[in-house]
Amino acid sequence: MRIGKDLVAAAATPVVLGILAEGESYGYAILQRISELSGGELEWSDGMLYPLLHRLERLGQVESQWGASPTGRPRKHYRLSPQGAATLAEQRRQWDVVGGVLAKVWPDGPGPGGSARLALGGA
Amino acid sequence: MTLDERRELDDLVASWREWLERRDALSAHDIDELEGHLLDRVDSLRAAGLRDDEAFLIAVKRLGAVDELSREYARVHSERLWKQLVLGGANGGGRGAASGDVEAPGAPLPLLRRANGLAVALGLGVGAGLAVKAADLVGADPTFFLRNAAILVLPFLAAWFAWRHTPPIGALAGIAGAFAIAAVALNAYPFGPGSGIESFATDPSMTESLAAIHAAVALWLVTGVAYVAGDWRSSDARMDLVRFSGEWAVYYLLIAIVGGGLSLLAVAVFGSIGVDILPFVGEWVIPCGAAGAVLVAAWLVEAKQRVIENIAPVLTKVFTPLFALMLLALLVAAALQWNLVDASRDLLIAFDLVLVVVLALLVYSYSARDPLLRAGWFEWIQFVMLVGALVVDLVVLVAMLGRIGEFGVSANKTASLGLNLILLVNLGRAAWLQLGFLRGRTAFLRLERWQTAYLPVYLGWSAVVVLVFPPLFGFA
Repeated sequence: MRIGKDLVAAAATPVVLGILAEGESYGYAILQRISELSGGELEWSDGMLYPLLHRLERLGQVESQWGASPTGRPRKHYRLSPQGAATLAEQRRQWDVVGGVLAKVWPDGPGPGGSARLALGGA
Repeated sequence: MTLDERRELDDLVASWREWLERRDALSAHDIDELEGHLLDRVDSLRAAGLRDDEAFLIAVKRLGAVDELSREYARVHSERLWKQLVLGGANGGGRGAASGDVEAPGAPLPLLRRANGLAVALGLGVGAGLAVKAADLVGADPTFFLRNAAILVLPFLAAWFAWRHTPPIGALAGIAGAFAIAAVALNAYPFGPGSGIESFATDPSMTESLAAIHAAVALWLVTGVAYVAGDWRSSDARMDLVRFSGEWAVYYLLIAIVGGGLSLLAVAVFGSIGVDILPFVGEWVIPCGAAGAVLVAAWLVEAKQRVIENIAPVLTKVFTPLFALMLLALLVAAALQWNLVDASRDLLIAFDLVLVVVLALLVYSYSARDPLLRAGWFEWIQFVMLVGALVVDLVVLVAMLGRIGEFGVSANKTASLGLNLILLVNLGRAAWLQLGFLRGRTAFLRLERWQTAYLPVYLGWSAVVVLVFPPLFGFA
């Protein structure tokens, strides 16, 4: 199953902020984590993560710093800022409302799929 | 993995980088970041048993379409599509977004070197303004300013060039000598009173005005020797001076328009609360501003050199076709009316201006042209413009020669006739070379060389008008 483009776009910001809330990370690892959490179902082309990260940095929600990988390659690390944490909390409330509504509308939906993934969005 | 495989992967990554670097929206650091990601992906795919090139292909594919990616970057960093003039810039300034925010900027530059030497340019600009004001305060009459405008202001420009481009001492001495000669000639010659109908005592005489105007042209070219760091024999350096002059003129005009507008606004606003600042604006702001703007415009041209496309060649592209049309229309109108011949006395001066404009349109399009490009439609339009200008001018010239034969010579007539002939020779040769270029027989370089080789002619003629004309025409 592929998740629709609009839904991916809407979920991308809370997912990325949520992963960064777990701790400092970098692009490749963030994508690995998303793939791991969604069982490979929430995916977009790798490159697109970086403009998103840059936008979040501009908005002041994440901070970045250049470091190096264990093999010595330069690598940019991202970290959630206090403002990003506040944004994440706000987004989580919104997604909880949406998730709650959907759970009520689809009391016994087509399996655990839909609402489980939406909950992931708020994670 | 063998050494060969490693090298192969490096080559692939290098060509991929090069491909991305062509996108304006991606900075070098963005590409670094993407490259790190790409290599991480390649490593993990290789760990899963893929060969290097296979892993690379898959990793590139997973990054997504480059067009879409760069569009996404452009949406985040829209300012990157507009090249910015970085005033706080590092050495040399004008490096675009590529100079990122990650590496430490190194030791801060000394104040004088910052922003392409803005502090020095401003200091010299203030100096030029004060020089003009000082001459005013010691009681110089208005014709003094007319005569000495170039001598008061251009030495500061020469000093700016000397600081920026460090010409050899010999060149500087030559420039100083030229300024001294011009200053002596303009101020020691006993110019007669003007012969205007209402003959004010302060009216400049004909030879005096001519000498002043030509002194400005000659001293500008002499100052240019400092701009090219004394390398005035080189054709390329001369072309640089031409480019500089065009850009400078555009910037000066912009500054003058905006400055004039602001001054008017200030006068109006202060007037509305009953304070009359018109005398202050007239006596201080305009003379000092006009002199200082010479330096600021010069600074601006060099500061933005690598950042913003030159504007003068763009303007020529727009106006060459229009001007060619105008000349053709003029030819038709003249043929129908047949009255070019007995038009007013100012006709020759008007046609000097026409030729100057044609020449400027020609030279500035040369200055930005890729010399290896083959001739196209634009070169044909230029050719039409050149031929049109030459034909019209020949008609005018013959008529004027007749008039001069009838009414005798004056300084004004001789000066405009001389300028006309000089420009006519230049444009005639330029048209001939242009034709050769259009037929693929002449290399473009020769067209450029002709124009740069001709620059000293303007200098020589201007010097003659400054130094020889006044005594020749009895300082009238």
